[in-house]
Amino acid sequence: MSTPASAMSNFDHAAAASGRSLWHLAWLRLKRNRAALTAAVVLAVIFLLVIFGPILSPHSFAHPYWEQISAPPSLETRHFFGTDSIGRDLFVRTLHGGRMSLMVGLVATGVALLIGVAWGAIAGFVGGRVDNIMMRVVDILYALPFMFLVILLMVVFGRNILLIFVAIGSYIWLDMARIVRGQTLSLRQKEFVEAAEALGVRAWVIIWRHIVPNLLGIVAVYVTLTVPKVILVESFLSFLGLGVQEPNTSWGALVNEGAQDMEFAPWGLFFPAAFLAATLFCLNFLGDGLRDALDPKDR
Amino acid sequence: MTARVQGSGFRVQEDPGQIEGSGQALVRIDGLTVDFHTEDGRVRAVEDLSFDIPKGGTVGLVGESGSGKSVTAMTLMRLIPTPPGEISAGRVEFDGQDLLSLSESRMRRIRGKRIGMIFQEPMTSLNPVFRIGEQVAEVLRQHEGLSRRAARDRTLDLLTQVGLPRPKQIIDSYPHQLSGGQKQRVMIAQAMSCEPDLLIADEPTTALDVTIQKQVLDLMGELQARYGMSLLFITHDLGVIAEVASQVVVMYRSHKVEEGPTEALFQRAEHPYTRGLIACRPALEGNPRRLLTVGDFMTAEGEALEVPSDRLLPQVKRSEAELDKDKPLVEVTDLKTWYPVTGGLFGKVVDQVRAVDGVSLTIRRGQTFGLVGESGCGKTTLGRSLLRLTEPTAGQIVFDGEQVTAADERALRRLRKRMQIIFQDPYSSLNPRMTVADILLEALREFRPKASRAEHRETASALLDRVGLSASHLGRYPHEFSGGQRQRIGIARALAVQPEFMVCDESVSALDVSVQAQILNLLLDLQEEFGLTYLFISHDLSVVNFISDYVGVMNEGKLVEYGTAEQIYTHPQQDYTKKLLAAIPRGL
Repeated sequence: MSTPASAMSNFDHAAAASGRSLWHLAWLRLKRNRAALTAAVVLAVIFLLVIFGPILSPHSFAHPYWEQISAPPSLETRHFFGTDSIGRDLFVRTLHGGRMSLMVGLVATGVALLIGVAWGAIAGFVGGRVDNIMMRVVDILYALPFMFLVILLMVVFGRNILLIFVAIGSYIWLDMARIVRGQTLSLRQKEFVEAAEALGVRAWVIIWRHIVPNLLGIVAVYVTLTVPKVILVESFLSFLGLGVQEPNTSWGALVNEGAQDMEFAPWGLFFPAAFLAATLFCLNFLGDGLRDALDPKDR
Repeated sequence: MTARVQGSGFRVQEDPGQIEGSGQALVRIDGLTVDFHTEDGRVRAVEDLSFDIPKGGTVGLVGESGSGKSVTAMTLMRLIPTPPGEISAGRVEFDGQDLLSLSESRMRRIRGKRIGMIFQEPMTSLNPVFRIGEQVAEVLRQHEGLSRRAARDRTLDLLTQVGLPRPKQIIDSYPHQLSGGQKQRVMIAQAMSCEPDLLIADEPTTALDVTIQKQVLDLMGELQARYGMSLLFITHDLGVIAEVASQVVVMYRSHKVEEGPTEALFQRAEHPYTRGLIACRPALEGNPRRLLTVGDFMTAEGEALEVPSDRLLPQVKRSEAELDKDKPLVEVTDLKTWYPVTGGLFGKVVDQVRAVDGVSLTIRRGQTFGLVGESGCGKTTLGRSLLRLTEPTAGQIVFDGEQVTAADERALRRLRKRMQIIFQDPYSSLNPRMTVADILLEALREFRPKASRAEHRETASALLDRVGLSASHLGRYPHEFSGGQRQRIGIARALAVQPEFMVCDESVSALDVSVQAQILNLLLDLQEEFGLTYLFISHDLSVVNFISDYVGVMNEGKLVEYGTAEQIYTHPQQDYTKKLLAAIPRGL
């Protein structure tokens, strides 16, 4: 060895700071990103409100106050967001609807994440005939008219929350699978994957250790795009009368009802729409921040 | 850290007026200082740099990556983004006007019209969605206000001048239909289109093969003579500089350390960094046992050192008779690796690309087999086929008496631990999400699954130590290292499974010459210590000559010539080999 010392001297001063995990570093980076951090805090507040908020109000989400139809917000009557066209308290209904919307969003995205990433990574990594068959399956599922399928399911099995989760989740993973497969194909060409092969590492270990972690950035962004999409799809289903059933509700259903009465009772539209918009907005900011934070090259 | 370099100040050229050429300076850089504001504070990219570019003359700007040479070029074009960049001091005069104080709109009229630029990467500097003709004509229409028809005629003329074959066809081609050398010619045509007074070439031949490099260098010299323009040629390779420049400026860590006429510089360089740079490039003959590096000439602080005499002991190559006494380790018989070309709706195989087409060779234990050839000749595919990272189509590979070609998955996994590969690109060969410890531990666990984590960590530290890094680097991520250091990590990973045979696929091609010498020395040291056998693949003939016992020359998938390094380099038989050898930059 001649002189490695000269080339390395620059690095020695920083040598002490080492041994931090990927997640720890990501957290440090995320903390520095104001927008993402604010978004995370707002999201946390919305989550807490949605879960515990209804306890703060004396009203129930399903009880109609016939004497107070479409009443404006008021602290006195404790209808903080006013009431709807049959006199139900909108504060509680908005939070109650939020539970449904967020649950659909998270569960369906979770399903999409699990199936989509696994499907896409395996298809992209194994390649050849396996890839061909797996992606043709995706194409076929894409070709099925989604709405028609959902309506059919509803008719056959009856209206059921669980069914909505399954229906949306099984449709939304297709996008994820395609994106992940494309990314995997380009990662597969990377020399560190070949180096692992040359060392004799098993295929599924390579997928888990080398492919999946490098998909994190794009997956994080895609998840934050998918959650809003699912929430909107659920709203649409509710609008068609195929989503949640009265007296249960969701943000989409509330916005739909509020829009009908918006000339004389704008609060019925404003509050659910504000919650929905704030959530989608924050998810996008957080997604951006997560992608940057999970990029190891960024310091 | 840089104060000393500056202190040792080598201002050979005190008076800029002395520079030869037509006597008058076209560009006059005076006391230029450029800073970048980063999260770690202010980083000085260029400090107090002064030099002139004479009218019609060529100045070579030499330095390793990060020395500030590209920043200098970008400053000349005023392409430094501010912020984060900041030109903190100094003047840049171009033909009498102060470039740094020009308005952006006036600068736009100079860029492309009076100063042209050629970049390193021909692959990415052309827009893939536009035809060649449109991209060249765009500059003409912008600056000369030519009509569509006139611009096309002029473009055709330019493409002919830069020596492109069938210009009428190329003008309507897309970039991906051209080879690297052809793209670089298009870039030159584009830069030349408005007959600029100054052409800045930033590592224009680094990504090209030697033969193409020679053609491009010749072309640039020819065009320069015809149009009487000035040339600023930026490179890390002094060998190339000697071919083109009459005047050289050497930069080291943001400072100019030396300047002078090329010939004088090569004969009596004063600054130890320049001397190191000249010495670290392997010559075709008379190399020392281990290459000298910049570190032999100066300390990290910039103090000159006396090169110890034992570092100058000449390299002794073994004779053919001696070499043939070693036992064969890898025997390849009539190996073919073809890639199917599919077409049509159902992906029917319509043609075959014969990447490797019937190669037979023997690599003996403890020796280095060098494989040279131009890009696309199949040398990389051959290396990968030996490890079956690419499935061979036909033929036989025998490793230490065992069939590689017929091995099932388990046998192959076992075999692969005895054969490793070191890749070209130090950036993509390490997983960016794993620490150095994780990378090494993965390899170590494959090798000895039963050992404890503590034992593995100990081995990993020892490995790092062996390749010239330290255990304190274990917790870091690949992006925290320089290219040369990453290549060391790649070598450590390959060593982890204690292989007998290593394929080095262009392993030093992406590195600066001074770092390249260090890595070559490391490979030689490791070979001596562990009795390793190498297949060393490279397009750089002088490197292959230095490291190899046997050399094979590949062309179009076939091994066209084969012999000891000495036979190939002193008595080449094939025309193709002769052509390759003639293209090597000779230096001075």
